[in-house]
Amino acid sequence: MAIAAVQSGPLLLPDAFERWFAAKGWQPHPHQRAMLEAAQDGSHALLVAPTGGGKTLAGFLPTLTELSRIDCHGLHTLYVSPLKALAQDIARNLERPIRDMALDIKTETRTGDTSAKQKLSQRVVPPHILLTTPESLSLLLSYPEAATIFASLKTVIIDELHAFAPTKRGQLLALALSRISAIAPAARRVGLSATIRDVDAYRRWLAPGGDGGRVRLVTGTAGAEPEIRILIPEARIPWAGHLGRHALSEIYRRIAAHRTTLVFVNTRASAELVFQELWHLNEDGLEIALHHGSLDREHRQRVEAAMAAGTLRAVVCTSSLDLGIDWGDVDLVIQLGAPKGASRLLQRIGRANHRFDTPSKALLVPANRFEFLECQAALEAVRAHDLDADEIGPGTLDVLAQHLMGLACAAPFDPGDVFAEVTQAAPYHTLSRADFDRTLGFVENGGYALKAYARYRRIKRGADGRYFAVSSKVERQHRLNAGTIVAAPTLAVQYRGGRKLGEVEEYFALSLVPGDVFPFSGRLLRFKGLRETTLIVSAARQAQSVRVPVYAGGKLPLSTNLADRVRGLIADPRQWGIFPKDVHEWLHLQRAVSTLPAPGRLLVETFPRGSGPARRQFLVAYSFEGRNAHQSLGLLITRRMERLGLKPLGFVGSDYVLAVWSMERVEDPVPLFASDLLDEELREWMAESALMKRSFRNVATISGLLERKYPGVEKTGRQMTVSSDLIYDVLRRYDPEHLLMDAAWAEAGGRLTDLDRLAGFLNRVEGRIDHKPLRKISPFAVPVMLEIGKEAVYGEALDSILLEEEAIIRDATETGHG
Amino acid sequence: MDEARGPLREGCRALNLAGEELIADCSGALYWPAARLLAVADLHFEKGSSYAARGALLPPYDTRATLDRLAAVIARYAPETVVALGDSFHDPQAEARLGGDDFETLSRVAGAVNWVWIRGNHDPEPPARLGGLVRVRLSQGPLCFVHEAAGAGAAGEVSGHYHPKAAVRRRGRTVVRPAFIFDDRRLILPAFGAYTGGLDVLDPAIAALMRQPFSVFMTGRDRIYALTSDRLHLRDAG
Repeated sequence: MAIAAVQSGPLLLPDAFERWFAAKGWQPHPHQRAMLEAAQDGSHALLVAPTGGGKTLAGFLPTLTELSRIDCHGLHTLYVSPLKALAQDIARNLERPIRDMALDIKTETRTGDTSAKQKLSQRVVPPHILLTTPESLSLLLSYPEAATIFASLKTVIIDELHAFAPTKRGQLLALALSRISAIAPAARRVGLSATIRDVDAYRRWLAPGGDGGRVRLVTGTAGAEPEIRILIPEARIPWAGHLGRHALSEIYRRIAAHRTTLVFVNTRASAELVFQELWHLNEDGLEIALHHGSLDREHRQRVEAAMAAGTLRAVVCTSSLDLGIDWGDVDLVIQLGAPKGASRLLQRIGRANHRFDTPSKALLVPANRFEFLECQAALEAVRAHDLDADEIGPGTLDVLAQHLMGLACAAPFDPGDVFAEVTQAAPYHTLSRADFDRTLGFVENGGYALKAYARYRRIKRGADGRYFAVSSKVERQHRLNAGTIVAAPTLAVQYRGGRKLGEVEEYFALSLVPGDVFPFSGRLLRFKGLRETTLIVSAARQAQSVRVPVYAGGKLPLSTNLADRVRGLIADPRQWGIFPKDVHEWLHLQRAVSTLPAPGRLLVETFPRGSGPARRQFLVAYSFEGRNAHQSLGLLITRRMERLGLKPLGFVGSDYVLAVWSMERVEDPVPLFASDLLDEELREWMAESALMKRSFRNVATISGLLERKYPGVEKTGRQMTVSSDLIYDVLRRYDPEHLLMDAAWAEAGGRLTDLDRLAGFLNRVEGRIDHKPLRKISPFAVPVMLEIGKEAVYGEALDSILLEEEAIIRDATETGHG
Repeated sequence: MDEARGPLREGCRALNLAGEELIADCSGALYWPAARLLAVADLHFEKGSSYAARGALLPPYDTRATLDRLAAVIARYAPETVVALGDSFHDPQAEARLGGDDFETLSRVAGAVNWVWIRGNHDPEPPARLGGLVRVRLSQGPLCFVHEAAGAGAAGEVSGHYHPKAAVRRRGRTVVRPAFIFDDRRLILPAFGAYTGGLDVLDPAIAALMRQPFSVFMTGRDRIYALTSDRLHLRDAG
């Protein structure tokens, strides 16, 4: 079997290492020895261990010991991390044993922050150990020297594998690994992962040819169970909201009572607001910092450095700190707002006490009553070690296109050889030759049905049948635009003539008018004006009203695992006893006024609100399928209501429920939730949706059709780009079968719309709908009703904004002249 | 003529310039019923292939898409004269890159009416083999058709060049659409070409040409929205 026997086998550690461990007062962990054993056997290995278990050292021990024994020239070990900062941190950590044991090992990082000079010298004289990111690795592979650099390679270590595998970054990395295996067939692959649900799926991902049996599984000893509690200040939980304002003074007290606290929130906007509120409470002047992905890199690095130096008492942060650097000093993790998933919660909790034997301490702070149920569900899931399933989908063609272009930049390639190589990567194991050829055609000259571009090519086929990049200009374009992360278009935020603070999404920036005040980078800023792609701001004092930046990508949906558990909690009144009074009463009231959502069934409530011309008919469905699925469902249902003459006016989807309002009353909700909803209305609205356009922009960028925009970098000359929306409209009409349309459909149909989840839901509730007509709003409906009006209108409703605007102007003018 | 004075079709809106009633169509075209004249601005034929020549292989259908929309609006209004207000071709070599089908369609469309090419900065010499008159400006009655508005401008000036676009903000959302803009003296048309971007109507380059506040007709999916410039806010180009 592939499971390693953890035993005291042959002495695998050289004396110097045994002495080094002893001098530190450490004992090698069994899983560290098992990783040495796997290396000795020449086997690929996947180490699954909780944080704080010496996972990184376990990954590097075989390399360090081997390099201490033999005289090695060239690159020996490649390490790939999801974060630049993590790669740098690991490099620093490796220096210690190397220095202590006076090993002759050269270690370097190669990331977006590495200087051009050093990158060039690495291509000539590579270090023994190179630490990098998937993007930098792909770029390195696009240079002609790649074949010589990687020829000597013995080991590839992929850290935080769980963070890669389900993503497009993971697909790009898998393709890079295939390339490396073709150059250095004997190189071992080593994956390091946090605790995951489906271990075998990750073994398959890691294995050459997708043969999971070739990857030895090493499991780390479980650390101490975390101590998780739900924090409910004064036993009050608000009806609605996501910010948890009611709990902030209690959170502040906890920060004051601990050495270092990480306060995780779910969106960058909440991070800004919570940070500001905490500073209002901060009478003791505690060092509280802010960290999220839109802040300027320098700011983030300063916060990270202060954290590492132990000078901070708290950091308010988003998923930007989910992964990464070891901070031994964190002794409390607070999750403010819904945890969304058990795996993610566990990951965040693991940020506290990166020491193995002491339990991590965490507080969950629900911001509303449904969130309390979600926190309770998450807590129970973590205790039961019931993690969320990751979906590792098949490889996409936009990523493949980028990889093929990179290969052509490195050296001429034979399409047959590359097809064989590419299908060795697990995500592309089932790729058909036809799709491969189509992708190659796209890279070559756009792959359009209309063969207008026969003379414009990026790659060409030589007389020997091999493809090569046509010019160094094409190569440069590829390297400038490589990578699979496509951020929403952003604009830089900068003081007039001063320093840059970070970036906000263009979408939010365009909604600002000069004079508007918004919180950003822990400050209140006043918008002065736009200069090219930069938002010029000045410091603002307290303002009458503050606009809160919106970030499109910020919201993860509730996991199916937690959703099931929340349904279970609601359906089982015996469990309610331990709930706080607010929640307890709320559940009882719901049961008395309406009914409770029953297991395996869908509860739909309908009720009117308002009177006279303002009277509206509401429908609330308790589907618990997560925000994305509810957005999709809302769009589909309003379309159908339109057809049925119910005059729908709008909808809001939360993680738990969907609310729709209309002029006419819904007498029978059954046709609205029929599973043919997906066949009929889906394609139609998807094709026109903003979502599809966003997906198209992503795949067009990744595949190399569109050039990336870099915010804050002034456009040179007339380097105007054609908007991806215009390209989408044209392609949709004239070449709907084009590769990029397929890729956009694949992306839009997945994660963003959760269509699979929606389809599963519609099938499950067919014939199992409980309709409860009510005379007024129910207790369960209150939270979502309070969100109405805060949600922005969606997609096709945009035209109605113009109508409204026009009507307002008309009213104003008529009054003026009347 | 009677037909044109009847109730307006869906998707368009009347405006008045120099005493003439004109119709702004949501496609971005302008129709002058009294003269049976249709004007379109900035067609930018073969913009896609000009990018392709530089390595960005945009879909090669922009000329066809523009022509299809053009043919449709011509069929709707049945004009006697069509004026292309300059920058009809993206660059001097664009004509040579026209696909065979597109060339035929364009010849047919342009041959069926009195066609006038106004010279633009992208196409100072519109291709001769397509026929039609070539002019720097066309004056007819109280109106004058040119590529680019300039200076104080004569009353009744109709032009393109700037690709005006307007942004409306409500409820935290921003809608950006090509727009007609006009004051009591001049009218600027939105760009008609499939790959043409735009410049915000409040950009100093445009706003300086207009008397404040000026009218903004935003093109919607199937109708025109009548707004005014003082209700809009600044947006970046692109």
